[in-house]
Amino acid sequence: MASIRELKRRIKSVKNISQVTRAMQMVAASRMRRAQEQAIASRPYAAKSWEILTHLASQKLNVENLHPLLTQRKQVKNVAIILMTADKGLAGGYNGNVIRAAMRFMKERGQESASLITVGRKGRDLMVRYGRKVIAEFSDLPARPTTVDIAPITRLALDGFLSGEYDEVHLAYTDFVNTLVQQPTVRMLLPIRPGNIESKVMSEYLVAEEHQLGLVYAYEPDPESLLDTILPRFTELQIYQAFLESRASEESARMVAMRNATNNANDLASDLTLSYNRARQEAITKEMLDIAGGAEALAQTTA
Amino acid sequence: MSKIHLEILTIERKLYDDEVDMVVAPGVEGVFGVLPKHAPLLTALNYGELQVKKEGEPDQFFAIGGGFIEVRPHHVVVMADSAEHAEEIDALRAEESRHRAQELLEKRGEVVDFEKAQSALRRSTLRLKVAKRRSGSRSDIPFS
Repeated sequence: MASIRELKRRIKSVKNISQVTRAMQMVAASRMRRAQEQAIASRPYAAKSWEILTHLASQKLNVENLHPLLTQRKQVKNVAIILMTADKGLAGGYNGNVIRAAMRFMKERGQESASLITVGRKGRDLMVRYGRKVIAEFSDLPARPTTVDIAPITRLALDGFLSGEYDEVHLAYTDFVNTLVQQPTVRMLLPIRPGNIESKVMSEYLVAEEHQLGLVYAYEPDPESLLDTILPRFTELQIYQAFLESRASEESARMVAMRNATNNANDLASDLTLSYNRARQEAITKEMLDIAGGAEALAQTTA
Repeated sequence: MSKIHLEILTIERKLYDDEVDMVVAPGVEGVFGVLPKHAPLLTALNYGELQVKKEGEPDQFFAIGGGFIEVRPHHVVVMADSAEHAEEIDALRAEESRHRAQELLEKRGEVVDFEKAQSALRRSTLRLKVAKRRSGSRSDIPFS
């Protein structure tokens, strides 16, 4: 059995740890709420742009040739993946899960040498260690990201796709379902497929569809140039949304991990306190026995 | 009297959502006004100011940094790349950045990012213009 002093020291350090993890849990909770709010704030725009896009696309039967960003390439040779992870660890399986999802995707598609654009330090470090092709990395994005922070990522994806460098651009991120469930997701960003409602993010917007397909719009200047304006923004929006979803997932994963850590630390502290008390009592009992034994012996000698 | 339901959205937030009487928007093919029962229209927007008229209230102004607008008879949605309400704009900061941009442009010939300076100038000039329109100032399009 450990000495009393040893136990006392360990109790103190475990309690300190639980305080730190509890603080981290609180911070993560408030950051998660903020990311969620931001994600929700961008939904009206997302819903509207999706609606307009579907509408524009429904005007012509030949959607694919309407705009280069909508055109599927016949042969998909080069693929780029935007991988969204956290800058920091201590978030349970969060980083590992999304990285694994991306890796599996690369393997399944036979795209082990896909170009990677990493957002977040963890993904970058791991991919570099595995010797994958990281062509750009973004880290230390602010806690309250704006579209200005996302713009360079969008540029890179759009330019790479339009110049023919990549035939497809995919987005690997973590979809925020709720505080306990986060879903690592890989989905296609470019080319854009209107009417493709496979993504959960987008299907949420389509519920409140009071659609007015009957309306005939006047277009200024013309549908093609309008698509030119709308499609890049739509891409940006998707990246922005994915980033916020990932942020919310990261913080909630961290919150849960830290809550577990706090609970474990508290359990450990109470176990240790029990042992400490037992040891202390034992010592006292032993001392009392000693004294009693001593007194007995003294009484016997004097008698 | 019929009204227009105006929404101003950016990717980051919903900036405005109210019933109004008239909207004046900076379209790519020129500034245009929208009254209730306007024909459906979909157009891109330029850098410029957006004016909102509401009966019995001073006009409101927004600095719009491009985007597009969807017009339906009683519903107008502005989807801006950036949008700021006149009251939100920090005129001092806008003035400063206009100054900086102008200085940069005057030093032409040296290696400066000409386009960047130019767009900074355009942006700050617009913001200044809109900032000067804070509530209470006059409007140049009379309400009919």
